[in-house]
Amino acid sequence: MKIAIPVEDASMDTTICISFGRTPYFLIYDTESKDAKFISNSAAASQGGAGIKAAQTIIDHQAEALLTPRCGENAAEVFRAANIRIYQTNGNLLKHNLQAFEKGELSLLNEIHPGLHNHGGR
Amino acid sequence: MKIAVLSGKGGTGKTLVSVNLAFVAGHSVYIDCDVEEPNGHLFFKPRDVKTDNVSVLIPSVDEKVCKGCRKCVDFCKFNALAYIKNRLYVFDEICHSCGGCILLCPRNALSETPRKIGAVKKGISDQVAVITGVLNPGEASGVPIIKSLLDSCDADAPYIFIDCPPGSACIVMESIKDADYCVLVAEPTIFGVHNLAMVHELVRIFEKPHGVILNKCFDGFNPAEQFCLDNKIRILGKIPFNNELGSANSDAKIVSKEINAYHELFSGLLTAIRQEAQHEAITNT
Amino acid sequence: MKQLLILSGKGGTGKTTVASAFIKLAGAKAYADCDVDAPNLHLVMKHKSDVKKTDYMGLPKAAIDPCLCRGCGICMTNCRFDAIRYSEENGYSVDLFACEGCSVCEALCPAHAVSMNPAAAGELRLYRNDSVFSTAQLKMGSGTSGKLVTEVKNQLKEAAEGIDLAIIDGSPGIGCPVIASLSGVDMVLIVAEPSISGISDMERIINTADKFQVKTAVCINKYNTNLLNSEKIIRYCQKHNIPYSGRIPYDKKAIEAINNGLSIVEIDCSSGEAVKSVYRNTIKLLEGGTLC
Repeated sequence: MKIAIPVEDASMDTTICISFGRTPYFLIYDTESKDAKFISNSAAASQGGAGIKAAQTIIDHQAEALLTPRCGENAAEVFRAANIRIYQTNGNLLKHNLQAFEKGELSLLNEIHPGLHNHGGR
Repeated sequence: MKIAVLSGKGGTGKTLVSVNLAFVAGHSVYIDCDVEEPNGHLFFKPRDVKTDNVSVLIPSVDEKVCKGCRKCVDFCKFNALAYIKNRLYVFDEICHSCGGCILLCPRNALSETPRKIGAVKKGISDQVAVITGVLNPGEASGVPIIKSLLDSCDADAPYIFIDCPPGSACIVMESIKDADYCVLVAEPTIFGVHNLAMVHELVRIFEKPHGVILNKCFDGFNPAEQFCLDNKIRILGKIPFNNELGSANSDAKIVSKEINAYHELFSGLLTAIRQEAQHEAITNT
Repeated sequence: MKQLLILSGKGGTGKTTVASAFIKLAGAKAYADCDVDAPNLHLVMKHKSDVKKTDYMGLPKAAIDPCLCRGCGICMTNCRFDAIRYSEENGYSVDLFACEGCSVCEALCPAHAVSMNPAAAGELRLYRNDSVFSTAQLKMGSGTSGKLVTEVKNQLKEAAEGIDLAIIDGSPGIGCPVIASLSGVDMVLIVAEPSISGISDMERIINTADKFQVKTAVCINKYNTNLLNSEKIIRYCQKHNIPYSGRIPYDKKAIEAINNGLSIVEIDCSSGEAVKSVYRNTIKLLEGGTLC
């Protein structure tokens, strides 16, 4: 399946970006074919609603799971609606987190933080 | 006459000045535009308060008509829309109510529904009509509340005092838009002067006649006074720093109601403002 | 890097005065001013280094090309922000202060006379020598989006890698900029003022910060201007289990210090003495301790 991860650079040696909505890149990684595709995050430049736009991008790339250190309420709402599971990353290395996910060592993200506007969508 | 009271910096005395001017003016209107943290009502303690909700219009989708073309999602500059698993989602707090998505939907699948963001409360205290704007916590913009506040006041009253929010952002601009005269309240600190310079720039851009009230004055060098002298800004008057004043004010008492000397002080300031404003009106026609 | 944010709800309670004192006492190597509408911290933290300035771009704003404009007025009719005006001499034009960048006018114009142009909504400033100071100035009339505040914090985090404590001077109110400043902080210190207005605003900011489940403490500034109200604040904190970091008296000398570009701990004064124990208590809480 395809998973998405917010990362600082378009390279496998990179680190995870703490801000999901404004990360410079996403890695779309296929756990079966091991295909790795980096996409630039157009939401990073947004004034507001960056999490929503970033979430839409991930859905449009058919990701089924997201690995991230934190996630805001608005983006989480989008993922809930799309049945995409959110896992909490451990430490900041991309490679380490991919391995941990494949071994089933990452847990689901529990704490969704309020967005800049405190509520999710309808 | 509409008089806006602003300052740039918080805590300089906008509410002290606007509340007391409204009180000494007698039959007047006091509008509290500091919708995030409104305080004027704590001094006036108005009675017969009526509350009207303020809403903004948010798009809502008719799912039977929507075919998922995503024109709205792609258009929205605020990223307030997302299309997920064949359903359109609207993110209320992010929506700026521009109406674009509704206009552009090729199938007319979108319509607008009101969403409450705050309220306007109207009450009365002696002869003063007290109108307070409140923005619900978490909301992005208080501008629609300001619009509602300024629309709802009694245009017949001889004096309308607008207690503005701190700063010089768009919400302050909205508050002073219709003012005939602007009173800038300054405190004698370099912080105060820095922010006074910003609002001074703002009132000049908007070509509003203006003057400064120097608050919390004590002996010694007053950087705000110097700023006014250097920039040839009219000084309307001074309010000396005084423990009795500070104490009464901190208990939300209207000092010009409680203490005669302050009634005189604020009446004098009101006269100065009226004269300045009339003089400006004459010279500008 | 641990982040301590100073908020107040009400303006003028002394956030910047307290923040600058804390920065001096901690010998903090990283600090920021998130009050982007009316920044003041730089007036006390006189940084001698060069400043790196970066334009902060807001949403692009509309512009009407008078050569292409046919004068139909569809833009003005549909602008929800009253940002398009008409005059005999200039025809249809955009009020840049009112324009929110929604681009409805661009989408509707039958003559393609409207374009959306990049607009600077503020300026980010970064000072660096042996300490890092991140601040910004929002352009007058701009929308107070939390984004510029987020950029100030990001700028700080990037430049201050390896530094363990950052002190952040926040902005008044409870709106977007305050919420953006709350994101990712380890602790909030609320500087309260013992007035009815101050208490009312303090309660609103505590409610707002509560949603973020961030450790919060309260201190009282100018406490002796109203002892009864100061007691009310202390009782409120006890009732709601909010740690109380201490109190600072009203001090004319504080104004003198500030007006000379000094923090209150750099001169000999009562507020300077008092802020030291508020500082000690706050840091203790930040590091996971409790106050008795």
